[in-house]
Amino acid sequence: MSTTTIHEIEAPDSAAKALLAGQLAADQGHFQPMEDLVGEKMILNMGPSHPATHGVLRVVLEMDGEVISKATPDVGFLHRGDEKIAENMQYNQFVPYTDRLDYLAPLANNVAYALAVEKLMGWELPARGKAIRVLCCEIARISAHLLGLGAFAMDVGAMTVFLYTFTQREYIYNLCEQLTGARFTTSYTRVGGQIRDLPEGFVGALAKFCDQFLPALEEVDKLLTRNKIFLDRCKDVGIISREQAIAWGLSGPNLRGSGVDHDLRKAVPYLDYELYDFEVPVGEHGDSFDRYLVRMEEMRQSVHILRQVIKTLPDGPINVVDAKNRLPGKEKVLMKMEELIHHFILVTEGLDAPAGEVYFAAENPKGELGFYINSRGGGVPYRLKIRSPSFVNLSILPEILPGHLMSDVVAVLGSLDFVMGECDR
Amino acid sequence: MALVVRRPQLKWWEKIYLPVIAKGLVITMRHFIRTLTGRTKVTMQYPEEKWNDQLPEHYRGAPALVTDEQDRERCVACQLCEFICPPRAITIIPEEIPSEDKWAKVEKRPRAFNIDMIRCIYCGLCEEVCPEQAIFLRKDYAITGESRAEMVHDKARLYEIGGRRVGLVNKWNDLK
Ligand code: SF4
Ligand code: SF4
Repeated sequence: MSTTTIHEIEAPDSAAKALLAGQLAADQGHFQPMEDLVGEKMILNMGPSHPATHGVLRVVLEMDGEVISKATPDVGFLHRGDEKIAENMQYNQFVPYTDRLDYLAPLANNVAYALAVEKLMGWELPARGKAIRVLCCEIARISAHLLGLGAFAMDVGAMTVFLYTFTQREYIYNLCEQLTGARFTTSYTRVGGQIRDLPEGFVGALAKFCDQFLPALEEVDKLLTRNKIFLDRCKDVGIISREQAIAWGLSGPNLRGSGVDHDLRKAVPYLDYELYDFEVPVGEHGDSFDRYLVRMEEMRQSVHILRQVIKTLPDGPINVVDAKNRLPGKEKVLMKMEELIHHFILVTEGLDAPAGEVYFAAENPKGELGFYINSRGGGVPYRLKIRSPSFVNLSILPEILPGHLMSDVVAVLGSLDFVMGECDR
Repeated sequence: MALVVRRPQLKWWEKIYLPVIAKGLVITMRHFIRTLTGRTKVTMQYPEEKWNDQLPEHYRGAPALVTDEQDRERCVACQLCEFICPPRAITIIPEEIPSEDKWAKVEKRPRAFNIDMIRCIYCGLCEEVCPEQAIFLRKDYAITGESRAEMVHDKARLYEIGGRRVGLVNKWNDLK
């Protein structure tokens, strides 16, 4: 094989010339002027530890100048294998793990999980137990929305709101602490009940909280709702149409922000939600601003529910009575042999759950939190699947982000209000 | 019935933004003055100020072992807490109580009882299942250490935190 020297290239013979011409023609295709004169696209990593992603979400953005042409959320940085963990422990042992799903509303997760297992057991709580759980859920909703709202506002530049909503959240934590003994990781429910009844003075403290909360919320409303900058940053940003919202399986305020009137508390009432009077707020446009408005209104409705529960709080037992599957109670365990033996059996073997499958979904602050339990009988689930709203809600990002500016990403992310603990679980 | 949230129509003066700045400032200034004059107090100057007296009786802090009125260790090394602890933070090595011991009839006690405070999630399940009222979650929340070894609370440390509890059910001594 002959080697081509520089000289040959500069003064090629006819055969080489023909070859070169062919190459040039081919090359021409390669060097054709690009249609897009702006230049090439740039890949930008947002996250996994970006302040606006509130946790460890990574969004890979393909940028065309300042406009996003493609967005790919990358999740899983906080994966702990909760579902697998659940397969290796008893139903009650998993309660602390549910705290850490949507860690901004642990009480609501506890309740949803307990309800799911109770569905498997075929149990129904007495009226007071249900009312207490409604309190838990609504307290959690307010707390989660406050954080979502504060963080959202901070992302789009309104720092003060964050401080005010956090002050309110602190009061909620005080309530949680009184109720459950922990501020954050509540672990309040057990299968078939709660760890304790409402402590003394709790109802009063809650009523007082509600009274001071509404004015504080109005203040936030004043700071944001008619604020031109906030409006400009959120209006018509991240529009999710009704059809899109349904097609992508969104739930919670993100679904309702797109105008779909679907709230599990109304659609499939659990915990006697049908006894309470409340409205389901829905948006008209499906943009970030509507999602914000929906959350604001939901908090007002939650306070409304809380007040009704306080007024109608029934007396009586809070836990299911099932001598076979509930711990006998300390007094008996300490003094009676039979109960002690039963206590040992129950702790070491767990509930005597029937075989079967159940799916239970609750309307959590972030949307539909569902637990699917596949039981082969006994105290440990064969499979436990968590349908986490944040995971599903995030899946719509590739659909709605393209076409937006870089700075709109924070407004969209903030308004979707997700929690990675739950998304990655 | 759904409640449709309506977005506000801004008036012209809201659109020029300046009056809105003023409105926002009024709100923040009001908070500022209220905080300054001590009418609302939000921040707690931890660690100078502590939250301790606000903690409820059932606060779930560090788990600890307790002794009874006669300084008998209440734990009988039944290992239920070790079994139930979701993150497997507890390790117990039981031993037999020698027959010449005053409490020989209790039969068992822990030789070693370790709680790994790095693993503990303060869930309270150990306290819930203990059939002897021997382990309690105390109000201690600031558990620190400079090494992993230091963060493993051994039996001595657990009794030190737990101390003596009176007024519990006594089934092993004559006080009952
Ligand atoms: S509080 Fe929970 S995690 Fe901690 S030692 Fe007890 S059972 Fe284990
Ligand atoms: S602390 Fe209680 S549950 Fe744990 S081993 Fe001792 S007696 Fe048993």
